[in-house]
Amino acid sequence: RFTSRPQFTNCPTMIVMVGLPARGKTYISKKLTRYLNWIGVPTQVFNLGQYRREVVQTYKNYEFFRPDNEEAMKIRRSCASNALKDIANYFTKEQGQVAVFDATNTTRERRGAIISFAKEKGYKVFFIESVCDDPEIIEANIMQVKLSSPDYENYDKEEALVDFLKRIDCYKMSYVPLDEEKDRHLSFIKIFNVGSRYLVNRVQDHIQSRIVYYLMNIHVTPRSIYLSRHGESELNLLGRIGGDTGLSSQGQKYAKALAEFIRGQSIKDLKVWTSHMKRTIQTAEALGVPYEQWKALNEIDAGVCEEMTYEEIQATHPEEFALRDQDKYRYRYPKGESYEDLVHRLEPVIMELERQENVLVICHQAVMRCLLAYFLDKSADDLPYLKCPLHTVLKLTPLAYGCKVESFYLNIQAVNTHRDRPTNVNVARKPEEALQTVPEHL
Amino acid sequence: MKRGLKSGICMTNCPTLIVTVGLPARGKTYISKKLTRYLNWIDVPTKEFNVGQYRRECVKIYKSFEFFRPDNEEGLKIRKQCALAALNDVRQFLTDEGGQVAVFDATNTTRERRETILRFAEQNGFKVFSLWNLFSELQNIFNTFILLKLGSPDYTHCNTEEAVADFMKRIKCYENSYQPLDEELDRDLSFIKIIDVGRRYLVNRVQDHIQSRIVYYLMNIHITPRSIYLCRHGESDLNIKGRIGGDSGLSARGKEFAKSLGQFIQSQNIHDLKVWTSQMKRTIQTAEAVGVPYEQWKALNEIDAGVCEELTYEEIQQRYPLEFALRDQDKYRYRYPKGESYEDLVQRLEPVIMELERQENVLVICHQAVMRCLLAYFLDKTAEELPYLKCPLHTVLKLTPMAYGCKVESVCLNVDAVNTHRDRPSVRLTNTHIIRMYCSMSVYSSRFLGVHKFSLY
Repeated sequence: RFTSRPQFTNCPTMIVMVGLPARGKTYISKKLTRYLNWIGVPTQVFNLGQYRREVVQTYKNYEFFRPDNEEAMKIRRSCASNALKDIANYFTKEQGQVAVFDATNTTRERRGAIISFAKEKGYKVFFIESVCDDPEIIEANIMQVKLSSPDYENYDKEEALVDFLKRIDCYKMSYVPLDEEKDRHLSFIKIFNVGSRYLVNRVQDHIQSRIVYYLMNIHVTPRSIYLSRHGESELNLLGRIGGDTGLSSQGQKYAKALAEFIRGQSIKDLKVWTSHMKRTIQTAEALGVPYEQWKALNEIDAGVCEEMTYEEIQATHPEEFALRDQDKYRYRYPKGESYEDLVHRLEPVIMELERQENVLVICHQAVMRCLLAYFLDKSADDLPYLKCPLHTVLKLTPLAYGCKVESFYLNIQAVNTHRDRPTNVNVARKPEEALQTVPEHL
Repeated sequence: MKRGLKSGICMTNCPTLIVTVGLPARGKTYISKKLTRYLNWIDVPTKEFNVGQYRRECVKIYKSFEFFRPDNEEGLKIRKQCALAALNDVRQFLTDEGGQVAVFDATNTTRERRETILRFAEQNGFKVFSLWNLFSELQNIFNTFILLKLGSPDYTHCNTEEAVADFMKRIKCYENSYQPLDEELDRDLSFIKIIDVGRRYLVNRVQDHIQSRIVYYLMNIHITPRSIYLCRHGESDLNIKGRIGGDSGLSARGKEFAKSLGQFIQSQNIHDLKVWTSQMKRTIQTAEAVGVPYEQWKALNEIDAGVCEELTYEEIQQRYPLEFALRDQDKYRYRYPKGESYEDLVQRLEPVIMELERQENVLVICHQAVMRCLLAYFLDKTAEELPYLKCPLHTVLKLTPMAYGCKVESVCLNVDAVNTHRDRPSVRLTNTHIIRMYCSMSVYSSRFLGVHKFSLY
């Protein structure tokens, strides 16, 4: 009944970031980690700056990073060594598959040490180097994420900027970028100027190929993604799952309200996407703008349970119902799909969402939960229980290292379709216990 | 719902002109043809335009490398004319014939030639993406040449030594005027530079979705010799009953096939073979008998026949005569109610193809419709032919990439099985007949609603 984890790679992989400060390494590390975890590859970031902050409780100024500061060098080397130990632990004891080592790693010496470490342990290594010489981009980065760092709590903005620029200078002297010739035996991608150019060398396996593809599709242009479900449908009213019905009268009201809301947002060049199911298409029609239909955005296929109420499912398939509550993410309806399957089929949608700018996605409850989990970095355990009520638009705006979420309830009444996990998930439970959390319906 | 079309698609999809750049024998035509095959399979109408072919049509008989000498005025004139003729056909394909991508396969080694092409593209509103590949190892050039050029119409009248000598002189003619793309001067162009037989890539200014897909594809293909084995699961219990779909186990004969398959695979002595199955019982049981580790892909599951699952064709004719007729009308795009179409199948198999490209020796144990889709990709079959490709039970197809295509060896493992192939019937109901019969436009259109086509802007 339960789907198995896909095999992306045979041995653990270390992703090693390379680049001067304020080149987007942490941004890339976090984003990539979020993506890999979402597609089912257990990944974790190991940020060297954090190790350093734990040891050196208070940051004074850039002098810590001067190449002639022996004391500091010792501390920094020991932090790196601790981080590598934690990485080894993550792989062996915590079943991690990918570790992202987020640090400058700007010297050949440091990279050599990492490569030896990985070789000894049997880990693959893939370098991601971010190269940027545009002072405007660098300053913008500093303003966005550095000034709010714990390091600069007691600084005012101007002083912080000056100090940080001096910090970057400390690294510049000894910075040796990855070299096309000298490093031709290494596996790496060099990203130039936030993605206008990439140099890719020796991709070893499937996961590295997917990582490269992902990195080449993301961008940092400001934009917003709007997620909404279709308007309330006929089957929603009856408390039935799945199917392919049209909108109820409340649903039609929502479609009109959505159109008004979207107009009010004055969004530049908005793309609108729907599924192939009537209820999302009817919702989009009210907007009066062109929209694209994606089969991949269709609701989760409930197989033999399609168009049943939860009460009927309990009556006809009580064991299935319990199994689903036990592991809602991996549970696959007989002749249907699991949330895990959904994530897999939504991956091209996410990839295209990354490429695009302003998009409104009109989809379904389970689908929206999967997309939301990607943007908000929710685990597989949380994903199937994310609240995605009808007639509510979520506006997601990338911000610093994460995503700002604004929720807009458009004030059109709708049924509640959210079923929480009941207390008793045992196969032998009583029907009342199974139906404890079923929302009301006609 | 509007009939058969996705409503209101933004019609500013710019066609894309892919331009190859490189000296002779750098694999430009190999990549052009392979890329074209891939794009057509994922339903992006693509065509390649090989300037060498235009030249051969113009200059009926190839005499020698002297034609390509940079001081051969007559030769230069003809070559320029051919390039322009090809560009004209490109314009027709992209503007009048619904083409979305045109691959302009020529050396395009001078800045002047490339500038002509860029101007042409700009005038016609085409995006340009350049494929620049450098096979830097001389051995590779030699091997490539042996494989491809000796079969070329240019050298039918020469022996090997003469052909090699002439071709080397031909390359020399290009070398002097060769102006490679420059990372600085050309930094505003969109291109991919493939270096060192695909171990290194320089990617510059990818503009849109289709270019991103092209780059991803090019980065995953390789030329290491290998073979792909395709077969169906052994005969299943539902096969015997003539029922489609479902998830039954193997029949007695199916189990025999699985054993034979195991023996066959052993005898082939395949280096590092990967075995893939779907997540359905019948392929898994087949793989079990092969006795090596195997990976299960949900994407390899058989086409979902929706409401027709586990029915016989007779039952489908009885209960859903309209559906049955519609399917015969356009078997590729027809989607079973609550099920899938072949077109849907291709879309879900794309990651499988991508991974097959990355891998080396692989045995894929799958299903009839799935195998048809995979075979169509390797053998460059059209959407019309795909659903009728013959993929009988208990037969292994061994595909070995060869020159510009794929060699196919069919091995029947001599274990009897039912025939599950249903040809296109000779008498088919026409549109109007069906509509008159059932007076329902909405049913027709919803059956053929296409899968999402990635917007090319």
